[in-house]
Amino acid sequence: MQQIVNFLIRYKNTLLFLLLLFLAIFFTVQSHSYHKSKFINSANFLTGGVYNWVKDIDEYFNLKEYNNRLVEENKYLRSRLGELNAKNLDTIYQDTSSFDNPYQFTSAKVIRNQFSHIDNYILVDKGEKDSIHSDLGVITSRGIVGIVEESSRNFSRVISILNTNSSISVQLKNTNHFGSLLWNGKNPNIVQLEEVPRLAPVKKGDTITTDGRSYIFPKGIPVGVVDNFELDVNQSYYKINVRLFNDMTNVGYVYIIDNQNLEELQSLETENNE
Amino acid sequence: MNKLVTTNITRFILLVLLQVLILSNINFLGFINPYLYVFFILLLPLNLDHWKVLIYSFLIGIVIDVFQDSGGINAAASLVAAYFRPNILKFAFGVSYEFQTIKFYQTPFTQRLTYILLIVFIHHFVLFSFAYFNFTYSLEILKNTLFSGIFTVLLVVISMILFRRRRR
Repeated sequence: MQQIVNFLIRYKNTLLFLLLLFLAIFFTVQSHSYHKSKFINSANFLTGGVYNWVKDIDEYFNLKEYNNRLVEENKYLRSRLGELNAKNLDTIYQDTSSFDNPYQFTSAKVIRNQFSHIDNYILVDKGEKDSIHSDLGVITSRGIVGIVEESSRNFSRVISILNTNSSISVQLKNTNHFGSLLWNGKNPNIVQLEEVPRLAPVKKGDTITTDGRSYIFPKGIPVGVVDNFELDVNQSYYKINVRLFNDMTNVGYVYIIDNQNLEELQSLETENNE
Repeated sequence: MNKLVTTNITRFILLVLLQVLILSNINFLGFINPYLYVFFILLLPLNLDHWKVLIYSFLIGIVIDVFQDSGGINAAASLVAAYFRPNILKFAFGVSYEFQTIKFYQTPFTQRLTYILLIVFIHHFVLFSFAYFNFTYSLEILKNTLFSGIFTVLLVVISMILFRRRRR
């Protein structure tokens, strides 16, 4: 007994070190698995508050850029409106319930954006209070940004597409061949599209959009264009580098998409699987 | 003693805010960021009990992690650097450390630089190894350690000179 106590006293620093190191490794491992980093999370009142406070100052420097984006988006929406009016709508009568859009959009402000690490997260200023919860898609007017991972009362943490844990289902706009959008951690403007079958006619400059299979993003949200591509080692799938439409280093304002039909779709899907 | 505690707490808060609000957003050449908060570990009183050094270093690391959503990588890196601190101190300052009388600002510059270099590079190597968490990225780990390390050492030396001026 005496010896054990002596041992403990003698190596108390090393033991403390090992204990704390174990804790740190535990947190690190947790952060590498989706939906598990509950403790070490910036979506809390202290860190969110600090970032929010500083963002108020930082915002003024980007006002011009954000205004340009809004004008651009307005122009696009106006042109869509023109198309709609040009069509002969008065001959088609539909029940109003069929106009009901299952997707609900919430605007949010990015208060902290990362892009230089290998696993990047974005913090936005909307949380449970604004009925934001995990697994909602996040986009800007130009393209996709990521998926909400964790929400506190006032803030939400978004797992950016610039994160090695992120994987989003996307398709070629022209042909509906789909694949997974991943990131290799190198260039914040280029992401990788994998598992596109060899049969797909891929060309440089092709547009990539979301495919709506995961129900998180609606079909047809723009992602980027094909920058270059090659066949993988087995010669059966393409590895495509996609240049993003979004400038991930300057995101600004985002829209969070809530699919109202998600539960219904998922329950149907589980029925199918059974 | 009381004054020592308040200076260290103030330094803790200032370095954390500086780190998460400014230094982590520099992204020089796209990926190089200094990690000046290591300065806190360097400046902890040299004769402080080792277990206290471990706990304080872990604390500053975990606070940075919470701000940056990085799991436990900063905590692990600071902890490892703090664990080897007594050995590095002995190596850098030699006999004068054994007497437990030295103060950080009263040591010869070259010895102090050895101490800073060793701590910073150990910290950065562990930090990036944990950040990438994958051996296929060894080249990135080494590249990041080297460049960010140089940046951090530069900033540490600059702030060291600035702070000493004020003290006189």
